[in-house]
Amino acid sequence: METPKPRVAVHKFSSCDGCQLALLNLGEDLLTLAERVELVHFAEAGPLDPDTEVDVAFVEGSVSTPEDIERIQHIRQHSRLLIAIGACATAGGIQALRNGADGAQWIAQIYSHPEAISSLAQSTPIASHVKVDFELWGCPVSGVQMLAVVNSLLLGVAPRDNADKVCTECKRNGYPCVMVSRGIACMGPVTRAGCGALCPGLGRDCYGCYGPAENANTDALAAQFASLGLTPLDIVQRFQSINSQAPVFLAAADKLRMRGDG
Amino acid sequence: MFSSQPNHARFLPLAQLHTLVAKLMQLAYQCLGPAVENGAIVMRELDAPDGLPRGLQAEQSPGRYRLTRDPLNRYFAWANGPQAIKPQAFAPKESLWRVERDDAGALQFAAVEAVAPAQAIIGVRACDLAALALQDAHFLSAGRRDAHYAKRRELLFLVAVQCAEPGATCFCASTGDGPTPTAGYDLALAELAEGFVAVAGSAKGGAVLDALNLSPATPQQIDAARQQGQAAAAAQTRSLPGRNLREALMSRLEHPRWDEVAARCLACGNCTAVCPTCFCHAEADEPALDGQSSRHERVWDSCFGESHGYLHGFNVRSDIRSRYRQWFTHKLATWHDQFGRSGCVGCGRCIAWCPVGIDLTEEVAALTAGVQP
Repeated sequence: METPKPRVAVHKFSSCDGCQLALLNLGEDLLTLAERVELVHFAEAGPLDPDTEVDVAFVEGSVSTPEDIERIQHIRQHSRLLIAIGACATAGGIQALRNGADGAQWIAQIYSHPEAISSLAQSTPIASHVKVDFELWGCPVSGVQMLAVVNSLLLGVAPRDNADKVCTECKRNGYPCVMVSRGIACMGPVTRAGCGALCPGLGRDCYGCYGPAENANTDALAAQFASLGLTPLDIVQRFQSINSQAPVFLAAADKLRMRGDG
Repeated sequence: MFSSQPNHARFLPLAQLHTLVAKLMQLAYQCLGPAVENGAIVMRELDAPDGLPRGLQAEQSPGRYRLTRDPLNRYFAWANGPQAIKPQAFAPKESLWRVERDDAGALQFAAVEAVAPAQAIIGVRACDLAALALQDAHFLSAGRRDAHYAKRRELLFLVAVQCAEPGATCFCASTGDGPTPTAGYDLALAELAEGFVAVAGSAKGGAVLDALNLSPATPQQIDAARQQGQAAAAAQTRSLPGRNLREALMSRLEHPRWDEVAARCLACGNCTAVCPTCFCHAEADEPALDGQSSRHERVWDSCFGESHGYLHGFNVRSDIRSRYRQWFTHKLATWHDQFGRSGCVGCGRCIAWCPVGIDLTEEVAALTAGVQP
């Protein structure tokens, strides 16, 4: 008798669906994966069964509404392993820019019926609410990384967590450093690897969408950005983007703001 | 490269440079030469014998590299780019072996053959050759010869060029590794206004040189090349205080300077990636999605990364200070124990390509101030 295939769900919270698309865009690999696991809930791809028991739940998106708070508890209770995927799920996402602002005022300015909007004052990562077993950073995550995680779990080993800097991938790919050769403010030296140094490979600066790397020396990078000619506000904005609420990037921005620079 | 033996040096007129490349291409070498990519001079495949660019130059300073034009429109008046030989011999990423599950479910292991085209690299520098000798000492040492490195290495044909215009970050004269190539090349060139003084450094280099049917270089040409090398050495503005800094540095392991440099260091590992002697690598398994096979991969690693200092259960170098000190003292101090010389060849890449411009020579000076090296 064959052992039953592990049951996998992909859940969405406040997000753009880009991480789910990263999985969908894997094409043939996704079909191979589907032979090894049972995809029981993945709205973007078809299957719908959000309340079922699963072995692994991938969660995309941040907790941003009162309903989200209840739903993530429910998912946690029905999942053996919970894996947060993407910048929204790991750091609150781009929508967490409202955390430091008056969100209610923004809503009043934009919507004709602000009372129809039910959102929390803060957009928060999944780990702020429930235990998360593994986090995959990125906006969006790379499909290859997602497959590697599933593969590791299928083999019964812990997924590899690579928190080194984007620079490690950049140099392995043979890309000259754009900060040195063009004087542009690259976030690569404080940003987590995983994207394959996509932006520097295209001759532009990394904008930090994979979140902070380990031992991210944001002070040193901010100082270098200043000597490249960035204004204090420019530097704050470099850290306050996709992963604005990731603690290391938030602290870097707060430090600059507190000095009155930004 | 300029001994006094008669007839050992030939003269390759400027207009015939393409005949050298054509000869190498005829011998089925994939020819790599300078090209511009992302604002830097990199080594890329030449598509035609006359494909070598003229007039490339780069200004280098700590944390800064900018392309410029050589007013004399020479072929090799640039000092160096971020990489030269290292990625061609020590691959940044490669598979070492694979394992497959056979029909009976048993695991079958097999070596992965290195992908190794015969390559000629045109324009390597004396510092690169000195670094390659150190990489050879590491990867080809008796009893633990690395098959992948060895296969690529033996198929390399190296056309070295004397540096006439060192970068502001260069200090090979003080490490004793340049600017004129002295060993390790198949052919070495010194570029003069009207052409190249060319010498062979190996049998295969000699065969190529003979096939070009060149006239001997005149004593005046050889002398001009020699003087050009001396002027290039004299033009270098950076230096190390000695060739063996082992004791000086090992007596300064608790110097406050380590904290100061750690405050500036990004621990990005760029210095180790561009360093032509750094050889650290990491290995990991990449299982295929169908669960039936797996590849064992080797990638460049860095002592500035998190996993490099990870032993079972804890990290011996968790902060930037200890990582910088590890790199620095290995390169300049304990390297002597391993290889009988310093691991620095004075190419200055770690200075130019450090995103925040940390200057190795300045750190050495601060750390060894007051100690006799």
